[in-house]
Amino acid sequence: MPPPESFSGASSGAGSATPTLAGPPTTVPPADTAALAGAEGAATAGERAQRLGWGAKLAIGWLVLVVAAALLAPVLPLDDPYEPVGAIARQGPGTDGHVLGGDSLGRDLLSRLVWGARMSLLISVTSVLLGMVLGGLLGLLAGYFRGRLDKAFVGVFDVLLSFPQLILALTLVTVYATGEGVSSTRRITVLIFALGVVSIPVLGRITRATTLTWSQRDFVHAARAMGARNRSIMFGEVLPNVLPAMFSIALLGIAVVIVAEGGLSLLGVGVQLPTPSWGNIIAEGRGSLRDAPHIVLAPTVAIFLTVLALNYLGDVVRARFDVRESAL
Amino acid sequence: MKAVARRLLHLLVVLFFVTLFVALLTSMLPGDPTDAIAGFASEEQKAELREDLGLDDPVWVQYGRWISGFVTGDLGGYYSVTGERPVMDRVREALPVSLQLMVEAQILALLIAIPLGVYSAYRAGSRFDRATSATLFGFLALPNFALALVLAYYVGVELGWLPVSGYVAPADDLLEHVRRMALPAISLAVGQIAVYMRLLRSDMIATLQEDFITMAKAKGIPPSHVLWRHALRPSSLTLLTVAGLNVGTLIGGAVIIEVIFSLPGMGTLLFEAIQARQYIALQSLVAIIAVGYVLINFLVDVLYAVLDPRIRHATA
Repeated sequence: MPPPESFSGASSGAGSATPTLAGPPTTVPPADTAALAGAEGAATAGERAQRLGWGAKLAIGWLVLVVAAALLAPVLPLDDPYEPVGAIARQGPGTDGHVLGGDSLGRDLLSRLVWGARMSLLISVTSVLLGMVLGGLLGLLAGYFRGRLDKAFVGVFDVLLSFPQLILALTLVTVYATGEGVSSTRRITVLIFALGVVSIPVLGRITRATTLTWSQRDFVHAARAMGARNRSIMFGEVLPNVLPAMFSIALLGIAVVIVAEGGLSLLGVGVQLPTPSWGNIIAEGRGSLRDAPHIVLAPTVAIFLTVLALNYLGDVVRARFDVRESAL
Repeated sequence: MKAVARRLLHLLVVLFFVTLFVALLTSMLPGDPTDAIAGFASEEQKAELREDLGLDDPVWVQYGRWISGFVTGDLGGYYSVTGERPVMDRVREALPVSLQLMVEAQILALLIAIPLGVYSAYRAGSRFDRATSATLFGFLALPNFALALVLAYYVGVELGWLPVSGYVAPADDLLEHVRRMALPAISLAVGQIAVYMRLLRSDMIATLQEDFITMAKAKGIPPSHVLWRHALRPSSLTLLTVAGLNVGTLIGGAVIIEVIFSLPGMGTLLFEAIQARQYIALQSLVAIIAVGYVLINFLVDVLYAVLDPRIRHATA
């Protein structure tokens, strides 16, 4: 009985294959590492695994550096990110011992970048966590119980995905946190909430698809036969196997949210100045692009390296745990 | 036929929820919505506006009124001290600009991605393939707004090759149109190139393993003919679907790119509406974008089924 059931589950997934495939439009597309390894044979796969290790170490190194800087910002010997320090406005890297130079108001750019990392990471990590918990829960329930519940939750994901993601986040932030007297904390909370809502369907989908396949495995049937409760099967047997897939998508999700926060800042609904985030340093520096391009370049490079590292690690995790690309 | 009916039903349900969300945006505004919509107005004007917008009506009445306005092209107005101006007037001018930008970026991306993908798949594992893959993986990590700013600075300001702002309609001056659209379209296309190329490459690698390709090669057909005539078509289905569905990313990107390059499109309108806190305009703009996106997804979905006999028969 289980095999046909599993087949029907899979084919109903394939029926809606097109939206599934494009589910997360802003997510980085499936890497072809797995397909490539399959097509090329074992020798290259081994060689590739070695290369992965080297690249992955670099990626992890950079992320550790960024996270450490973000966490330690208050105790690092940095200038005040809010106060101008001497005549370094728009001055390039190296002026008066300021490693990255000054921003358009004469504040130390390195300090703003480090404090900006703190804000960008806070927003991206918490919103993806929110998406992971809510989307993951919905996806797990849908994939495990199937039937009507599954249909309903997939419907929720479909509706959420029927907005271009940036537009949805933009709309939520504009409605709930713009206007006079909106406090910085409120803006940040709404930002996290909006970007979290956007990540729910993306993480929900991958969790559901992966749960569908794992809950057909023999050990799950065995657990059920031994009389285990649904809840303990779901969280004890299925969830641990689904986590790697969620994790690989969450890494990509963090990258997407970092970029999205930048985009929202450029549209004037990101983190409010003077609090720095990578996005609003770029947005603020846009005005002095002509005479001080370094203000825009520094956070751009920071975003680029971080997103690159996250995308790369996401691929590594996916390749390691053989996450099905089509499940996206 | 049944499959088409099911998709249509799905489309209607999604459209309903999307428009419901948008229609109720104004009532979701925290506090008194009229304060946000027209903060400058007197108490009487606010009461009048409240009456006009029917903010005290039940949700269903509000939705009905909004949707009937929307489908007949009544998108509400901009509220300012000097009076009210229809949103539709602005949209009529802005929509073509955004569509041009997105179509041009899409064409540019496909023009570059298809040959790259085909050749990389043909020479999978070669130095060319690895270099292209690595470069494009890098491009994936470059946010389009960052690329836009970098291009605007280096190509626009430092080198002075291309203008960095403003719009010229293709009907007025085609060359000038291309010059002004070049940087925005490139900024928007680069991320897509990476997506498309990687997809096409992996599908193409799979196709090249198929028997009919070996057969074609055995018959002595030249490799380029095998690649372009025999292998590309069956490999491009996923690419086409994703190209269609990527419109969501494209819309989000275009909004920001338009603002950076001062193109008078939907993105710039949206930006202005946010800056001036014109919530009625925001509501209509978001509705147009979301409905357009849903319809495109639907068309791609149907098109995909038409193009691929396996899907057509599987769901029928």
